[in-house]
Amino acid sequence: MSGMGTETAAKSSRRLSKKNRMQVSTADKLISITIYVLFSLFTFVCIYPFYSIIINTISANDLSAKGEVIFLPKQIHFQNYIDVFKIPGLWNAFVISLGRTVIGTLLTVGASAFLGFMFSQDDMWGRKFWYRFTIITMFFNAGIIPWYLTMRSLHLTNSFLAYILPSIVAPFFIILVKTFVESTPKELQQAASIDGAGTMTIFFKIILPISKPILATVAIFSAVNQWNSFQDTLLLVTDNKLYSLQFILYNYINQASSLSTMVNLQNAGSTAMASLATKQTTTSIRMTVTIIVVAPILLVYPFFQRFFVKGIIIGAVKG
Amino acid sequence: MPGPKYSTGSRSVSKFLYILPFMILLAVFAYYPLYGWVYAFFDYMPPIPLSESPFVGFKWFHSLVENQVKIDQLLQVVKNTFGISGLGILFSWLPMIFAIFLTEIKAVRFRKFIQTVTTLPNFISWVLVYSLAFTMFSSEGIVNGFLHQIGLADSPILFLQSSEHVWITQWVWVTWKTLGWSAILYIAAIMGIDESLYEAAYVDGATRMQVIRHVVLPSMLPTYFVLLMLQIASFLNNGLEQYFVFQNAFNKESIQVLDLYVYNLAMGGGSYSVSVAISMLKSLISVVLLFSVNGLSKLLRGEGIV
Repeated sequence: MSGMGTETAAKSSRRLSKKNRMQVSTADKLISITIYVLFSLFTFVCIYPFYSIIINTISANDLSAKGEVIFLPKQIHFQNYIDVFKIPGLWNAFVISLGRTVIGTLLTVGASAFLGFMFSQDDMWGRKFWYRFTIITMFFNAGIIPWYLTMRSLHLTNSFLAYILPSIVAPFFIILVKTFVESTPKELQQAASIDGAGTMTIFFKIILPISKPILATVAIFSAVNQWNSFQDTLLLVTDNKLYSLQFILYNYINQASSLSTMVNLQNAGSTAMASLATKQTTTSIRMTVTIIVVAPILLVYPFFQRFFVKGIIIGAVKG
Repeated sequence: MPGPKYSTGSRSVSKFLYILPFMILLAVFAYYPLYGWVYAFFDYMPPIPLSESPFVGFKWFHSLVENQVKIDQLLQVVKNTFGISGLGILFSWLPMIFAIFLTEIKAVRFRKFIQTVTTLPNFISWVLVYSLAFTMFSSEGIVNGFLHQIGLADSPILFLQSSEHVWITQWVWVTWKTLGWSAILYIAAIMGIDESLYEAAYVDGATRMQVIRHVVLPSMLPTYFVLLMLQIASFLNNGLEQYFVFQNAFNKESIQVLDLYVYNLAMGGGSYSVSVAISMLKSLISVVLLFSVNGLSKLLRGEGIV
């Protein structure tokens, strides 16, 4: 084995030998081409639905309805985005979704940071037991209907709290933070402890600042979960003031035709008569709401992708 | 070195008191729902409260198999669950292959672009997936419009209302949503392979495919094994959302997995007690499955997965 050589030498020679090989072998070339073609196809399949809907929402609605908007937008306008907010309830749902995302994420990040830190404290009474008590909940659940029945008995139906409270203690995030805290030098905490700092001081003054990278990961995961959450509204909420955007979108997919008629009537009453290009159709309403619901993810995701990746890798190593 | 003050008893209990409120939250939202299982032993008909409902023992469990119609119905649901989960397990190697060939792409920017785009669908909700699917594949959707324009289809193809190939189309949606993301762990494993292994293989004159087969693949098998075991452990837990949003009158027969069936029974039909009975069996079998694969893992590689 040639493992004794320096690493840089091994790396460069590997690259070299690989390069030579790719030049000589036609079989390798064929493999390369196949790989590029297949991945390009799959990438297209992943991104085209988003792209297609976006260009359709900003194109003339009559052209869009005829299926003429395929690769480029035609007769660009933004009336659809103004019109959908005329649908009663949409603005409210937007506020609910945003509210649960902001409040829920703050509380989940805070609790995960604190619990991750506390479970790294060897001298806590019953540490092992309580850690297991927490982690086990990742692997079993009572089932959605028993969960629904007990939540109802706690009067958590039709309550904003039902969006927040159940997700505060999140075992997976606690594992992430605990792993991170345990990888930081113990001396930091010990030195502070000798200087007379209490548990809370150590947490706020030392742990929180050094845990920022992992807390960013927790925050982004948690925010996406909150924004995407649909099942809790489906099970626990009948009051339309508490509907989330996801839930409203689901309803719209099934009943968008009546909504388009309504928006068109509203527009007809105002001074500007809706032309064919801006007249709302079932499809235009559905697509526009879809883009509003997916926009935060599309905007945030490319910049925070590395945080997601880090989260899953740490979680897998330790989980 | 921890001083004596650092580990005195009183201090430790006070540390526990800090986390107590959170443990209570956990008890309420993760453990107390287990109490909901008692509904399976009562004849619960809302709005009559549980305290006034008659105790019926194992009646609902017996009722699941009391006549052929009910047996057939439950069997169909179990078959759907096994079919859809089975397809997932059958193709569980797909993310691994995806990772292997993705890392073979040497143009770094192109590779990063593919990775970013293909992991994106994992972060949108099932409602959004359904909305995209609806926009693309409904009778007035973009795909049908396109097929019509180029003259391939006279009448729209009803992709979403079809009662055929439901298991396969549901598998396709899961794969579209999760393939890129599931590959990430394998990509990390490939990045962790010792360079000297490649070096040795090339010195020995190995071709590209031989390197993949003898160097890359073996180093990913431990990751694959753990993920496969976890997938088997959650065999019965398909989740509700995906099947709920995609269900309609046409595909209901083949799309009802256990999670959806339990939901439909209770929230659609008001049969809370039967639904809880099935839920309970499902949870118990899942726990047994988890312990079994954990035991198997200990036997085969000397350490558990949980």
